[in-house]
Amino acid sequence: MKKFTKIISKAIPLAVENVDTDQIIPARFLKATDKKGFGDNVFRDWRFDKNGAINTDFSLNNPIYTGSILIAGDNFGCGSSREHAAWALVGYGFKVIVSSFFADIFKGNALNNGLLPLQVSPKFLSILMKTVQENPATEIEVDLENQKISIKKLEISEGFDIDPYKKTCLINGYDDIDYLVSKKEMIEAFEAQRL
Amino acid sequence: MGKTLFDKIWDSHVVDAIENGPQVLYIDKHLIHEVTSPQAFNELKERSIPVYRPNQIVATADHNTPTMDQHLPIKDALSRNQLEQLSKNCADNDITLYELGHQYNGIVHVMAPELGITQPGMTMVCGDSHTSTHGAFGAIAFGIGTSQVAQVFASQCLLLTKPKSLRVTVNGTLKKGVLPKDVILYIISKLGTNSGTGYFCEYAGDVFENMSMEGRMTVCNMSIEMGARGGMIAPDETTFEYIKERKFAPQGENFDKKVAYWKTLPSDDDAVFDQEYTFDAADIAPMLTYGTNPGMGIKITETIPIDENPSFKKSLEYMNFEAGASLINQPINYVFIGSCTNSRIEDFRVAADYIKGKQKAKNVTAWLVPGSKQVETQIIEEGLKAIFDEAGFELRQPGCSACLAMNDDKIPKGEYCVSTSNRNFEGRQGQGSRTILASPLVAAATAIEGKIIDITKHLN
Ligand code: SF4
Repeated sequence: MKKFTKIISKAIPLAVENVDTDQIIPARFLKATDKKGFGDNVFRDWRFDKNGAINTDFSLNNPIYTGSILIAGDNFGCGSSREHAAWALVGYGFKVIVSSFFADIFKGNALNNGLLPLQVSPKFLSILMKTVQENPATEIEVDLENQKISIKKLEISEGFDIDPYKKTCLINGYDDIDYLVSKKEMIEAFEAQRL
Repeated sequence: MGKTLFDKIWDSHVVDAIENGPQVLYIDKHLIHEVTSPQAFNELKERSIPVYRPNQIVATADHNTPTMDQHLPIKDALSRNQLEQLSKNCADNDITLYELGHQYNGIVHVMAPELGITQPGMTMVCGDSHTSTHGAFGAIAFGIGTSQVAQVFASQCLLLTKPKSLRVTVNGTLKKGVLPKDVILYIISKLGTNSGTGYFCEYAGDVFENMSMEGRMTVCNMSIEMGARGGMIAPDETTFEYIKERKFAPQGENFDKKVAYWKTLPSDDDAVFDQEYTFDAADIAPMLTYGTNPGMGIKITETIPIDENPSFKKSLEYMNFEAGASLINQPINYVFIGSCTNSRIEDFRVAADYIKGKQKAKNVTAWLVPGSKQVETQIIEEGLKAIFDEAGFELRQPGCSACLAMNDDKIPKGEYCVSTSNRNFEGRQGQGSRTILASPLVAAATAIEGKIIDITKHLN
C-alpha cells in the first residue's frame, strides 16, 4: 500500500445521495480474478449510455473537473461488500472520497486500499460541493496528519475523525495482514484455550 | 449490567486489543465464493503466507453460475475462468468446495445453514454483505471485503472496532398475507437505509419468536439494507430443532452439550442497547418498493410519497413512476422468486400454495430459482415442481441468478421485475432494469395476474 500524508488537488463533484456499490462498479464487471482494470469501468452506467456513448452530463466526463478527490452526496458506498468498488475508485485515480456519511463495509474496504473516506458535516459538504461546482479550479487540501480538510481559496477548513490505528496504517503504508500475522502465537494460544 | 447476545459472543472471541484501536476478533467459520476470493488468494501467494486454518473454510460457487444446463461447460469465458480459479485455489489450499452440480452446492447463505455449518454462538464471515443472514441462528455473522478475506485466510482473525448495539422489537400478531419479507421491508422503510450504520442489530419480540428459521433468515438477510453490519435473533427451541441432525451439526451427546451452552446466549433482561426501536405487528402489511434503494418501500395499498429531494426524484425518474401514484394494476412482465433472501423451501411452498390451480399470465416471464441443490430436490420431491410446471412457471437450477444478473439471467432494459431479492439498485438485475422488491406471495400473485394486485383482497 502507498503511503498517504497530505494531498492538494482539485476535486470532482458527484451530487448524488446513496451512491451504491452497484453504481460504482456494476456486477457484470466482477468477473476478473485480479484487481486490475476496474478503474476503466467505475460508474460505468452513469459515464456511458446503453449504447456505449459518453454521457457528457455526468461530472466525471466533464473536462472542467479534474483531480484525485471525489465529493459525493450523503451515504456513499451503501450496498455490497465488494472491494471491487474501492479498487475501481483507486484504479480511476481517486485518493480521497468526501461525503457526509459512508456505509461501514465500504469505509473499511477503502481504508484497506489506501483510499481515504473523509466524513465531513452536511454543512461543510454543501459548501464544498457548491464551491467546486461553481469554480472547478478550487484547490482542496487534505492533511491526514492533522486530520483537516481545507478549501484553500476560501480559507475554510474542517477537522475530521479517523481511527488512530487506521491513520497510522495509512501514513506508514502498512496493512492489517502484517499485524495479524505477527500475532500468530497469541492466536494459537487463544485456540488452545477454547478447545 | 447485563450483556446482550451480541456482547456475549463478541467478548468470547476477542484474542487481543490494540490500545486506542481495534480488537483482534477470532473467526470460527469463513465462507467463500468465486467472486470475492481470487484476489485474496493471490495476495497470500504474493506474500508467501499459507492459509492458516483451511478446515474452518467452506467454499461454494454461486454468484456467477448458470441456472440452466449446469452439467454443460460454462459458455462465458470470464465466468468459467472465475469458477476454475476457485476450484484450483480450494484444491491447492485443502479447502472444502461444493462446486457447481454438487449435491450441497447453492447460494452461500442458503447452503451453509442447511448443512448445519451455521450454529449459535459462532463468529462467521464471508466476502458478501448478506452474510448477515446467518445471524438468524444467534451467531455474529457479517460481510467483509476482499482484503479482510485475505486477513482471515492468513490468521483466522480480523481487526475490528466493536460496533454499537441496536434492538428492533416487533410484538403482536402479523396479519394474513404478511410474510417475514414484509416485516423487514417495513422496518427498513421506517428506519431508512443508513439507520443501522455502525450498529449490530438484534431482532426481538414475539413476531420473531414465532417465526420459522427460514423467516428469521429472510429478516436477518436484509439487515445490511438498513446499513447494519449484521442482524441476529436469540437462539431458541426453533433454532435447535432446525440444526439437529444436519450434516455438520454436533451429534448426540455433543449436541446436547452445545444446546446447554446456546441457551445461555440470549440477551440478559437488564442488557442495555445503544439504540432501540419498537413496532407493532398489526401495522405491517404486504410491502412493495417503488424506488432504487430498499428503504423506498410502501404498503401495497399506499401511494408513492411526494418528496422534492433531487436524489428521490432521480430515483422515481429511473423507475418511471409518478410521486403520489399507486402501484396497484401496474403491468409487470418479469417475476423472480429466488436469491438468498427468499429461495428456501418455505418460500416455494408459499408460492406454490397460491399458484396451485391457477395459470401464469401470458405476458409474464417467471423464473423460480432455488437457493441450493437441496432446495431444488425438495421442490421436486414435495410435488411443487409439478404445480409450477402446470401453471407455466420455469423452475431453474440453483444460484444467485437474477438477484445480481452476473450470469445470463438478466431483466431487459426498461422492464419491471417484481423480485423477492434484497436490492432494487439501478441496473441491479440487468442494465436499465427496474426492480420492485416484494414477498414470494406478492411475486407469485403478480405472475398470475400479469400486474400488481392488492393481495390482501385475494386471500380467503
Ligand atoms: S443471492 Fe444476491 S444478495 Fe444473495 S449472495 Fe447472491 S448475489 Fe448476493
